Amino acid sequence: MTNQYEVVIGLEVHVELKTQTKLFCGCANGFGQDPNSQTCPVCLGMPGVLPVLNGEAVALATRAALALHCTVNSYSKFDRKQYFYPDLPKAYQISQYDQPLAENGHVTIHTAAGKRNIGIERIHMEEDAGKLNHLGQRLGDAEGSLVDLNRAGVPLIEIVSRPEMHSPEEARQYLVELRTILSYLDISDLRMEEGSMRCDANVSLRPLDFTGSLADLPRVEIKNVNSFRNVQRGIEFEINRQRQMLQTGQRIIKETRGFDDASGSTYSQRSKEEANDYRYFPEPDLPPLVLTEKWLKEQREALPQLPDELRQSLAERGVAERDAEVLVQDVNLYHYWSQVVALVSDARLVTNWLLSDYSRLMNANNLSFAEPKVSAHGLASLLSLITAGTLSGKMAKEVLETMFDTGETAEAVVKRLGLSQITDHNAIKEIVSAVVAANPAVVQDFVSGKEKALTFLVGQVMKQTKGQAKPDLVNALLREVLATYA
Amino acid sequence: MNLTEKEVRHVARLARLAISSVELSEATQALGRVLDYIDLLNELDTDAVPPTTHVEAIETVWRQDRVVPSLSPEEATANGPQVSSQMFVVPKILDGGEG
Repeated sequence: MTNQYEVVIGLEVHVELKTQTKLFCGCANGFGQDPNSQTCPVCLGMPGVLPVLNGEAVALATRAALALHCTVNSYSKFDRKQYFYPDLPKAYQISQYDQPLAENGHVTIHTAAGKRNIGIERIHMEEDAGKLNHLGQRLGDAEGSLVDLNRAGVPLIEIVSRPEMHSPEEARQYLVELRTILSYLDISDLRMEEGSMRCDANVSLRPLDFTGSLADLPRVEIKNVNSFRNVQRGIEFEINRQRQMLQTGQRIIKETRGFDDASGSTYSQRSKEEANDYRYFPEPDLPPLVLTEKWLKEQREALPQLPDELRQSLAERGVAERDAEVLVQDVNLYHYWSQVVALVSDARLVTNWLLSDYSRLMNANNLSFAEPKVSAHGLASLLSLITAGTLSGKMAKEVLETMFDTGETAEAVVKRLGLSQITDHNAIKEIVSAVVAANPAVVQDFVSGKEKALTFLVGQVMKQTKGQAKPDLVNALLREVLATYA
Repeated sequence: MNLTEKEVRHVARLARLAISSVELSEATQALGRVLDYIDLLNELDTDAVPPTTHVEAIETVWRQDRVVPSLSPEEATANGPQVSSQMFVVPKILDGGEG
């Protein structure tokens, strides 16, 4: 047997949909509410109730499927997945098994070797389970648990990738791009720390001389990791663990493992060798879901511009690739950028200000572009003062900081602080001539070839104008006047 | 239909049913007879009949995404054998959860 292995990674991502109500009942879909305040007989799993599908959830799921280049099935159905767990009041989860909503999509990632499509096998809809609050520090120490069913029945989509990633870094890139695409659809909060986006990673090592089916390789599933960084760490740990086991002749068993943030390691939760018998069968309470061409067309038309399209249009507007990536990956930042650019057409100027000074201020104050401190309109008027020559870059920085602190408009700050660049040619020339006349020795130095002498003279002019002269204009005028001394 | 005791034990385990060896042999025979009866359906020629997953000839029943009032937490937990802080109390679980 070989000692060479290929890493094989597949990801299952659960995304909670941002609907008003749950998937099969009219209870509110809200995070952080009072325990069991958003439940009804349907989501509590009482006997004799009838689930009715939320049409909006189907619309949001369909838009995700279309944005991820999937084929949306015109006919799909719901199934019961049976298992016992206290967060699942019916003892079955309504999901989709053999006829899911959508199949065969992809996410494009950018690797050192170029662009690569990571396949999406399927996207299906299902209901979320409730939440268990464990009494005690860890699951194993818990004396018991408290069950809150507010989340039970919240609509989810599960996005199942093909096992086509070969490194923890590729897995991270897939997740980042997936989240970026979904963020533009505005179908979910996508907050991993709140559980509105969750990721399970399947990791196996394929010996290079193994020619069988990937499905036959023992696969380890790392469950519910709470950040992209930890998905990457969990996969890294698992690759090393499995490699060591294989190299010392041990057999890897198919199992589910948890991730421990503190130690960066995974631990066995449950052997999957026979536990996975969910006895799926068609949900008799829900008729099949048949989507018409007309309805699908409406969903397709409701799609916004997506990241790849935005990257292209940013490139056409002269925004550097790295900057474009920063803009695209934060949907709120990108929307803010678009608003400013609509007012100040210089895309590069806007990008530079937004990604440097403005972002620095936002980060320092721990703010998100979802709620910008200075409105797009406010930043646009500041940038207009730069393009008009009223403010130098340095002055504008000061004005921006003040706007940030006090909430004043750019014009108000400029007026209050008495800032504005002197662009009057004649006014500056007068001062330049006076400075030259007052410093004959320095002028002599410059004439005899000391370039540095010019800096001193520029400084003198700036001093006399209280820093409000336009520096390149001062430079040009000084050289003009000095030329008459040569 | 040859239903084995092993299969019945597996199904009982999945359903979290404890059964004695006497019950096991009885259940194997009784369930076997049920399956034999259902097996009669195989005598029908269904080659030309498309598979169906629902008994009613209806499709795509969906509702508006409009909130309706929920139960109060007290009503919701009224059937719980033990309730604490508006939540159902359940015993310690050793097994991991599902996704």
